[in-house]
Amino acid sequence: MDEALIGGLLASTLRVSTPLILCALAGLLSERSGVIDLGLEGKMLLTAFAAGATGASTGSLGLALAAALAVGLALSMLHGYACVSHAGDQVVLGMALTMVASGLSIVLGITWFKQGGQTPPLPDAVRLSPWFGDLAQSLQTWPQVGTLLGTGLLGHNALVYGALALVPGAWFLLYRTRLGLRLRATGENPAMVDAAGLSVKALRYGALAGNGLLCALAGSYLVLAQGANFVPNMTAGRGYMALAAMIFGKWRPVGALWACLLFGFLDAVAIRLQGASLPAALGGGAVPVQAIQALPYVMTVVLLAGFIGRARAPAALGIPYVKER
Amino acid sequence: MSRPVELPRWMDIGLLPLVNLALALAVCALVLAAVGLAPLQVLALLVKGAFGSASGISYTLYYATTFVFTGLAVAVAFHGGLFNIGGEGQAMIGGLGCSLVALALGDRLPAALLLPLMVVAAMAGGALWAAVPAALQAWRGSHIVITTIMFNFIAAAGLAWLLVGPLKAPGSMSIETLPFAEAAQMPGLHQALGWLGIAWPRTPLNLSVLLALFAAVAVALLLWRTRAGYELRAVGFSADAAHYGGVRPRRQVMLAMLVSGALAGLVGINELAGVQHRLLLDYVMGAGFTGIAVSLIGRNHPLGIVLASLLFGALYQGGAELVFEMPGFSRDMVTTLQGLIVLFSGAMAQVAAPGLARVHALLQPRQVLDAGAHHG
Repeated sequence: MDEALIGGLLASTLRVSTPLILCALAGLLSERSGVIDLGLEGKMLLTAFAAGATGASTGSLGLALAAALAVGLALSMLHGYACVSHAGDQVVLGMALTMVASGLSIVLGITWFKQGGQTPPLPDAVRLSPWFGDLAQSLQTWPQVGTLLGTGLLGHNALVYGALALVPGAWFLLYRTRLGLRLRATGENPAMVDAAGLSVKALRYGALAGNGLLCALAGSYLVLAQGANFVPNMTAGRGYMALAAMIFGKWRPVGALWACLLFGFLDAVAIRLQGASLPAALGGGAVPVQAIQALPYVMTVVLLAGFIGRARAPAALGIPYVKER
Repeated sequence: MSRPVELPRWMDIGLLPLVNLALALAVCALVLAAVGLAPLQVLALLVKGAFGSASGISYTLYYATTFVFTGLAVAVAFHGGLFNIGGEGQAMIGGLGCSLVALALGDRLPAALLLPLMVVAAMAGGALWAAVPAALQAWRGSHIVITTIMFNFIAAAGLAWLLVGPLKAPGSMSIETLPFAEAAQMPGLHQALGWLGIAWPRTPLNLSVLLALFAAVAVALLLWRTRAGYELRAVGFSADAAHYGGVRPRRQVMLAMLVSGALAGLVGINELAGVQHRLLLDYVMGAGFTGIAVSLIGRNHPLGIVLASLLFGALYQGGAELVFEMPGFSRDMVTTLQGLIVLFSGAMAQVAAPGLARVHALLQPRQVLDAGAHHG
């Protein structure tokens, strides 16, 4: 196989997977603590807008990131206020957040920038540049492994490596720290956590705070690294795909990582095969790209149906905890 | 994490929803003010756009028709204890069903036979798309919220594949099928009124609006006047108790979702048979999600859903008019309001309850004192 092709595929897989990984980890944090997050899509969209709008008007990367993080945190606190403090329906809240985000981002975008909801293109200073830029450049000239290393592995920005590093981080937090044990216990049996003298409320709010920040990183990535500006509805279902990946990874960080990489790879392949034709042995004709794009969702349904292993959701997922008196 | 507050029945059913709706409108007014539009002027123009003319009213009713279908779909599933987020996908496949019938039999059957057949096909398509998540929920325990979301994406991908491949109109650049034959077009209201000799402006409003009213009545009868509906609600209320009482929960899950999917599928009749006269991509345009808002506002009752659909129909039509009337207004403002309504009337529905209970408690003893004073 062509090494340039493998290098390119690897590069686009990592590029596409990064927001999925960040978002899936965000969902994982809140769902392991027992709070369903169907608002990943909306949180990612509104934080992407915050990053794009702030970046375009201040020209500062730091401020753009800070704005996204603040919006992500605020949305998650709203999530907590409705669902943790007031026992609201978590599924409905997720839908509501996503609707508000898709409307509000465009309304504000039109008012502030008058470009049909888009933000102006960001200057290079606000965009994330490849982390190992020089090294990657020099590696590209190497024979055989040049594109693989240069383009595929090392040509990315800090958020890509950050997302990959956050996976073992999340694993360590959940499975090797006291806080992680408490968080998982909150998702399985909040009454027990309460009886142990811990605050279910504080743990769930804490998990949601982390959730908001991670969603903000995912949203920022879309605007500051993948695209050059904010475009209406630019998340295009990635939040739901991240949700699928989280479930496909059985609510575990490393499993979710593999699922995100797999889904990212399928997306990269689908883009490359657009307009290509099938080999004659398979009857020729255009490659059914849509089938490849639908594959992540089909696989998630099949997994949920219990036909390939069993994905078990946290036992208390979606059930508001009402303290006994 | 306070206990649910007990409110008097009239407050719970009458006042609390109004307070929540008012909160959503208030936040929306703040957003409007923040983007430099006068909320009251927007409201006035919106009402004028939605109800100010025969054509405005027609558009409002046309949008409302679609929302009645998706709202009823959410409500029926909800009464069965299920959250069907798949209205979007079920509407797409319902549209596919009625389009296949229209394209295959369009020039062979008269309208009187073809249109009912298309209605059946639309319902069958929607029901089919709901059946798989329903069966997986009933027999394999897969969470229906997640599977229906996934099925939305699978439906969109499937429809895209059909429309760029086998079903694409030959020689056309746009991603759509050949137009339906005349017999497969649901008569517009202007045509129907024309037969009666009444002049009416030409709008997308078509006879599907009667189908929507019929569906609302049928759902009410099903839920509250039949044994199947009673059992369906029993399962939604408490699956274990219903099972103990001899109801088979799996069958009820299937029934609730099949009816729900069939209702969502009828969107295809209003939009494709009634207006577009061809199958195209993205024709559902979020109506499945609006159905969630409609059902929440309508308190899952068919009458409430018809009224809520009129509200949302007016918002969509008024919003569309406002784009021309007010520079700076975009239709996404309506999406925002829709989200705010779902937020305040759905997810945060109980947030205002403790406050109302406190007000109620404050008023209560004073009444007793007043009564005592009279007697004294």
